[in-house]
Amino acid sequence: MPFNFTVSPDFAPDHMSGWFYFNTWLQRNLETEIHLELFDSFDEQREAIRAGKIDLIYANPYDASMLVREHGFKAVVRPAGKRDEAVVVVPASSSAEAVEDLSAGVRLATTADPDVHTIGMIMLEPADLDRHNITQREYDTYILVAKALLRGDADVGFFLKQGFDELSDLIKKQMKVLVSSQISVVHHSLLIGPKMQDYADPLSRLLVNMHTEPKGAGVLESMGIKRWESMSVEQTEFMIDLIDTLVI
Amino acid sequence: MSEKDTGTVREELIKYYDGTERVATIIDEEVAFPDGKLIVSRTDLKGFITHVNQAFVDMSAYSREELVGANHNILRHPDMPAVAFKGLWDTIESGEKWQGYVKNLRKDGRYYWVKATVIPNVRDGRLVGYTSVRRKPSRSKITESEQLYSTLM
Repeated sequence: MPFNFTVSPDFAPDHMSGWFYFNTWLQRNLETEIHLELFDSFDEQREAIRAGKIDLIYANPYDASMLVREHGFKAVVRPAGKRDEAVVVVPASSSAEAVEDLSAGVRLATTADPDVHTIGMIMLEPADLDRHNITQREYDTYILVAKALLRGDADVGFFLKQGFDELSDLIKKQMKVLVSSQISVVHHSLLIGPKMQDYADPLSRLLVNMHTEPKGAGVLESMGIKRWESMSVEQTEFMIDLIDTLVI
Repeated sequence: MSEKDTGTVREELIKYYDGTERVATIIDEEVAFPDGKLIVSRTDLKGFITHVNQAFVDMSAYSREELVGANHNILRHPDMPAVAFKGLWDTIESGEKWQGYVKNLRKDGRYYWVKATVIPNVRDGRLVGYTSVRRKPSRSKITESEQLYSTLM
């Protein structure tokens, strides 16, 4: 039976082929069979996790918390220099210049991305806004969040900072950022499930050196990752503790 | 900065739970919480600081070296009622998460308000310390807290 590998559905679409190259590289170097399955939604992916169908996952920090504490997963590596930050954005024509200028009743465009949504909601708190006094609509992608803002269907939107930065200049010019998070310690990580624990050490050794060999470096580039950094149990626990404090 | 700030300077004796005390300079001037940032610290079981992030250093006006090893009550503002901290400790020592609004004292005597969340850190089933994360509070919550705390002094 091959191991099952999946990637948090918030990956950039441009890097989708990169994850398939990564899986091929991994199978060759670990000398074991791994099946990569990408899910369209967080809900579908969580269902597969709950059913014990996942052995290896590149997870967003909120899911990492659930995977470690409830399903016995262990973090192996994280992408160097990549942090999960969120931005709160309004159309350029909006009279709001700061979050505190937003008032009850605003229409929010967001995604199912749990870390971006939660960090975004925390950044609305200084304006006394919460889910009870705003209306919110969930979109599948950040492009659709941008469209909702530009069409006037939403007054404020949440983006993964990287997702916002990757929008075209033409679109970005029609929006303004009210606030950008600077949390620094919340990030995605690659986690290994209970059935694959015997591979934890070889996998960690392999991945932290991946950028030093030409084929590995090419695969990393196609995933938009510079290199992997190992993650200790304590670093993982610290990030999970921090996530636990980010309640809305 | 709060509209109510007077900028007045006073010396005040602060008495801590462990029986120690110090005279601190108190300046009635708020320093605004930076947008988008979180202040993060960790302590041991007795409240001695083991880790701070840069936002903590910047907002407290202490150096990292001064903070690590100090008791977290180094930030205690005399306008905060002792009962608020008793509630915090009772909650986290029983293994629960605590959330509340806190007025903190900076090294330079000025103050800043935070919305704080403190959680127990459990490793291998054992409580080893606490993580505290502070974020920007709304002005209305600060006003409510000021009114509430003044009745508890």
